[in-house]
Amino acid sequence: MTLTRWQRTDGCGTATCRPTNSVDDEWGQLFEAFGTVFDSPTQWSPAVDLYESNDLVTVKAEIPGLKKEDIEITLQDGLLVLAGERKDARNCPTEQAPEQLPGRFQRTISLPYQVNAGAIKAAYVDGILTVELPKAEEAKPKQIKIEFN
Amino acid sequence: MNTVINNEQSTAAQAPAAVETAQRVETERECIRPSVNIFETENGYVLEAELPGVNKDGLSVSLEGNFLTLEGRRQNQGVPGVEPLYRESIPADFRRVFQLDPAIDKANISAKIEQGILTITLPKAAESKPRKIAVA
Repeated sequence: MTLTRWQRTDGCGTATCRPTNSVDDEWGQLFEAFGTVFDSPTQWSPAVDLYESNDLVTVKAEIPGLKKEDIEITLQDGLLVLAGERKDARNCPTEQAPEQLPGRFQRTISLPYQVNAGAIKAAYVDGILTVELPKAEEAKPKQIKIEFN
Repeated sequence: MNTVINNEQSTAAQAPAAVETAQRVETERECIRPSVNIFETENGYVLEAELPGVNKDGLSVSLEGNFLTLEGRRQNQGVPGVEPLYRESIPADFRRVFQLDPAIDKANISAKIEQGILTITLPKAAESKPRKIAVA
């Protein structure tokens, strides 16, 4: 499985510009790949990591400086959406070009497995959002017993 | 005197009050530069740095001469024993060095970290604040 991050061509909201694939590639991935993380055209775009163990899919997002109540997590049709808003408390201009942008972010993660929606846990510690999604029973690896006659 | 920070890329023609230095990192670990915003307030400067995954225990703010060094060791990254399926975050610690405006009152610098945002308050010394001189 190849995972490629969708990238805004103007480099806005990201620390560095990464090379982008063609639009065709991006759309191709949209429809074929599971476990894919998409950007939305929001003001900034936090880094997202995906981990998988036998029972869990774990999503981690670096979103420093938010309040818990400003983070929205939704799951629909196998898509996990992380969104939120960083409010800019200061009105004074920055001394250099701002490196942190206020405003909304949204990332959409196409989950690689079916998950048990009732048992999702989320924590926000030290600016990192961790969402733990237990795999649905049918998505867990199973030992198959082979009987020999 | 209104420039507090200059990134390495900026022209040498400017005479900034404080310059961020491109000092060589002498540690073996690979480090990344955290994003910062710097604001000038009435009483001094406020520097905000993004250090996701760093808490008070992993943070070091040190002052050596006129150089302020931020170092943050990440603690809440990754899932122990599990390889990432997909990764955008950079598995490195943070480090960035700033040269301070000489007007800053170094004895009264304060810092706090909350949800991965480090806020450093750099007050200006009283003698460098603008003041009115009465005409006799």
